[in-house]
Amino acid sequence: MSTPVMDKEERAAKAAADHLITATFRIRRFNPEISAEASWEDFRIEIDPKERVLDALHKIKWEVDGTLTFRRSCAHGICGSDAMRINGRNRLACKTLIKDLSPSKPISVEAIKGLTVLKDLIVDMDPFFQAYRDVMPFLVTSGNEPTRERHQTAEDRERFDDTTKCILCAACTSSCPVFWNDGQYFGPAAIVNAHRFIFDSRDEAAEQRLEILNDKDGVWRCRTTFNCTDACPRGIEVTKAIQEVKRALITRRF
Amino acid sequence: MKIHKYDTVIVGAGGAGMRAAIESTKRSRTAVLTKLYPTRSHTGAAQGGMAAALANVEEDNWEWHTFDTIKGGDYLVDQDAAEILAKEAIDSVLDLEKMGLPFNRTPDGTIDQRRFGGHSRNHGEAPVRRSCYAADRTGHMILQTLYQNCVKEGVEFYNEFYVLDLLLTEVDGVRKTAGVVAYELATGEIHIFRAKAVVFASGGSGKFFKVSSNAHTLTGDGQAAAYRRGLPLEDMEFFQFHPTGIWKMGILLTEGARGEGGILRNRDGERFMEKYAPVMKDLASRDVVSRAIYTEIRENRGCGADRDHVYLDLTHLPPEQLDAKLPDITEFARTYLGIEPYTDPIPIQPTAHYAMGGIPTNVQGEVLSDTSTPVPGLYAAGEVACVSVHGANRLGTNSLLDINVFGRRAGIAAAEYSATAEFVDLPEDPTRFVEDEVENLRDATGDERVFEIRKALQETMDKNVMVFRTEQTLKEAVEVIGELRKRFKSISVQDKGRRFNTDLLEALELGNLLDLAEVTAVSALARKESRGGHYREDFPTRDDVNFMRHTLAYREVGDDGAESIRLDYKPVVQTRYQPMERKY
Ligand SMILES: Cc1cc2nc3c(=O)[nH]c(=O)nc-3n(C[C@H](O)[C@H](O)[C@H](O)COP(=O)(O)OP(=O)(O)OC[C@H]3O[C@@H](n4cnc5c(N)ncnc54)[C@H](O)[C@@H]3O)c2cc1C
Ligand code: FES
Repeated sequence: MSTPVMDKEERAAKAAADHLITATFRIRRFNPEISAEASWEDFRIEIDPKERVLDALHKIKWEVDGTLTFRRSCAHGICGSDAMRINGRNRLACKTLIKDLSPSKPISVEAIKGLTVLKDLIVDMDPFFQAYRDVMPFLVTSGNEPTRERHQTAEDRERFDDTTKCILCAACTSSCPVFWNDGQYFGPAAIVNAHRFIFDSRDEAAEQRLEILNDKDGVWRCRTTFNCTDACPRGIEVTKAIQEVKRALITRRF
Repeated sequence: MKIHKYDTVIVGAGGAGMRAAIESTKRSRTAVLTKLYPTRSHTGAAQGGMAAALANVEEDNWEWHTFDTIKGGDYLVDQDAAEILAKEAIDSVLDLEKMGLPFNRTPDGTIDQRRFGGHSRNHGEAPVRRSCYAADRTGHMILQTLYQNCVKEGVEFYNEFYVLDLLLTEVDGVRKTAGVVAYELATGEIHIFRAKAVVFASGGSGKFFKVSSNAHTLTGDGQAAAYRRGLPLEDMEFFQFHPTGIWKMGILLTEGARGEGGILRNRDGERFMEKYAPVMKDLASRDVVSRAIYTEIRENRGCGADRDHVYLDLTHLPPEQLDAKLPDITEFARTYLGIEPYTDPIPIQPTAHYAMGGIPTNVQGEVLSDTSTPVPGLYAAGEVACVSVHGANRLGTNSLLDINVFGRRAGIAAAEYSATAEFVDLPEDPTRFVEDEVENLRDATGDERVFEIRKALQETMDKNVMVFRTEQTLKEAVEVIGELRKRFKSISVQDKGRRFNTDLLEALELGNLLDLAEVTAVSALARKESRGGHYREDFPTRDDVNFMRHTLAYREVGDDGAESIRLDYKPVVQTRYQPMERKY
C-alpha cells in the first residue's frame, strides 16, 4: 500500500483544490451472519460533492469497509440495480449527486422498504419480479404472423411510450404505503408493466391482464398517494398509468 | 456443493444470452446463469440503434451493409461472417418487432430508421438511414423485450450466480465440454452445472480502462475463464474508443446525437471533423473521430481550463427533436454535468467502449480451440465472442445486431448439439480451482487492496493502451501489469462472510481484468501497424503484407509454473471485397 503520508495542512489544501468536502454517510447496516439486529453506522469521508451517492458508497467500500454491501452495475441510471432510501426518499444512488442532498448534515442511506433486507442495502427482489411476471408482461397476438413488421402509427406508439421506460428498479413499489402494509399487492411497477401492453395497439390480451388486476390485490388497492410517481427515477407518471388502468377496467376501452 | 444437470447452460443474460435462451429453451432443457438479474445487463445501456437494411425510409440493401461493416472493420473482418450479419439483420429486427419491441415508427407505421457512423449508401457515397431505433434507449427496449419473451417461454434463470470456471474433459484425446462451476452470491455456495452444451454470453471487459462507458460488472469473466483453460483469445488488441463519452465520467452519449445533426467543435468553435473526414464528417467511423478529437486536444485546441476535452454541440437542433429522439442523453447532461443541452454544448472525450476481440468462434457460434477446430459443446456469442464481424473497428449499431444474430445462432446450434450428444464425465476434482481461489481469498491476510490495484491498472491502460499507442507505451503497460499481477498475489479482502460477499467477487473480477489487460497489451505490442481501433504512432499505416491476420493469444504455463502468453495468427476470410484504403 503506497498512500503517501501527507500532513493535515497539506491534505486540507489538496482537498480544497480538488473541491472536496467532508460528508457523513449514515448507513443502515444489517448482516445476519454477524447480528440479528440492524443498526446505523456513520462514515465520514472526503468527497467531491458533484459525485454520485454511488461514488461515495464505493469509496467507503473500497477504502474504509469492504463489508459494506449493495448492488450496482451501470452507474448511470439505466440498469435499476441501486434503488435505495436516501435521506428518507427512494432514489437511485447512481443518479443522485451528493451536492443535491445538503451534505452539511449526515446523509442517511438504507435499503428500500417492503422487501426483506438480506444484507445492508440488498433486499430480496424475488417477490417484486414475481408480481411482474404475474401480469403477463409480454406481447400476445393471434393469427398468422405478418412477413414484415406489424404496422403501428406514431400516435399508437406514443400511447404507451411512458411506461416502456421502466427499469424495474422497484423504487416505486417500495415507496408505496399499501405495499408496505401488504406485500400481496401487485404494486405500481407490475401495473406499469401491464399498462405498457394493455395500451399497445398490437396486443390482444388486455382483457386478461385487466382481469388479473381486477383481483383483490390488484389496482383497486391503490390509494393515489403519488409516492410512486415522485420516486420514479425515469420520470414515469406512475400514478397516471395506474389511473388509466382503473379507467380501462370500468370502461373496458383501451 | 450442489450438482445440477441441464442439456444446455447459457452463461449471461444480456442480449446475446437471452436471445440464445429463447431458442435453446424451445429445443432443450436449458438453464441461464447470470451474475446480474437479467434486466440489469449492460445491453440495456445501448442507446443508438440496431442496423438492418430494411430500406423503410430510403434505398438500402444488405450488400451495402456488408461492405460498410468490412470497411469499417478496416478489412480485418471475416467477410463470410459479415455477410451473414447483414443478411440476417433484416429478419432479426423483424423478429424483435414481432416479439413486441416498440420501435419508433415512420408516418406510414413501419419501423423508422436513422443515420449512424460508417453506414453508407452504395459503398461510401453518402450516409444512409439504416439504424432501427427506439428513441435513445434501443438497448433498453431490446433487453426488456427479450426478458419479456424469456418469461413467456418459461426460461429458467439462476440469478446472481457467478460463473468462475469452465469444465472440459478429455475424451479420446479431444477436450469436450462438461459444464461450468458457479458461485452463488446469496449464500457463497459453489455449484457445478453439468451440461452437454455451454454458451458463453457474458459480455465485455471494458472495466480495465478508467474512462469507460462500460458497467462496473463488465470484467471479462467469460474470456478469462476460457483463457485459463487454454483456449485462445482473438484480436484482443482491438478495443473501441467511442468519441463521445461525458468528460471524465465516460458515460456514453450516443452517436445517434451526431446522426440527428449534432456537431463536434473545438475551443475555437470550429467543426474540426471537416478536416479529417470531408464526406462523412462527424459521422466518420469511431476510431477516426476519436483520433481526431485527441489530435485537436494535443494541438492545444481542446476546451476548458486544461484543454482536455471538446464539445458536442446540439444547440442548433430544435428542443422538440432532442426531446423526441435523444431524451435520455440530454437528461444525462443535465443530471451529471448540470448542463442544458438546448443552449450549451456538452464537454466530451473518447471513452473505452467495446471489445472487438474475444473468444474465437465460427459462424455457428462454436468456440475454436486453435485456428479452426471447434471445442465440442462449447459456444460463445455477443461481446464476449469474436466471430469476427467487427474486425479492427466495430460500426455503431452492429453490436446490438451481432448479439441478436449470433445469439440466436449459438442458441440453436447448442440446443441441436445437446439433443444428440451424451453428457461427458466431469473432470477430476472439478471444483478445485474455484474452491482454492475463494478459500485463499477468504483466508488471505496480505496488505494489498483490490481498489488500489484496479486503479493502477485502469490508469496504466488509459495512459498507455488507449487511442494512441507506441512500442514504448505498450512496453510500459506490460511491465506495470506484470507488477500488478505480482501484487495481486498478496491481496486480501475484508469481508470474510458467505452471504452476498461482493468484496470477494470484486477481487476475483480484478484477477480477470489483469489477465485480459495483459493479453490486450501484449497483442498490441506485437501488431506493428495501425488498423481500425489499434493505432501505433510508430507504425502509422496499415500493413496488409504482414498483418492482414487475426491474433490468437494463448496462456502457457511452464514446467516451473511460470505463466506466459504465446501469440499465433490466422488468416482473415476474404470473399468479395479487396482491401482498400479507408477514407470517410
Ligand atoms: C453505453 C453503451 C451504448 C451502446 N450502444 C450501442 C448501440 O446503440 N448499438 C449497438 O449496436 N451497440 C451498442 N453498444 C454495444 C452493445 O450494447 C453491447 O456490445 C452488447 O449489448 C453486449 O451484449 P452481451 O449480451 O454480449 O453482453 P451484456 O449485455 O453485457 O450481458 C452480459 C451478461 O453476462 C452476465 N455475466 C457476466 N459475467 C458473468 C459471470 N461470471 N457469470 C455469470 N454471468 C455473467 C451478466 O450478468 C449479463 O447478464 C453500446 C454499449 C454501451 C456500453
Ligand atoms: S447502477 Fe444501474 S441504475 Fe444505478
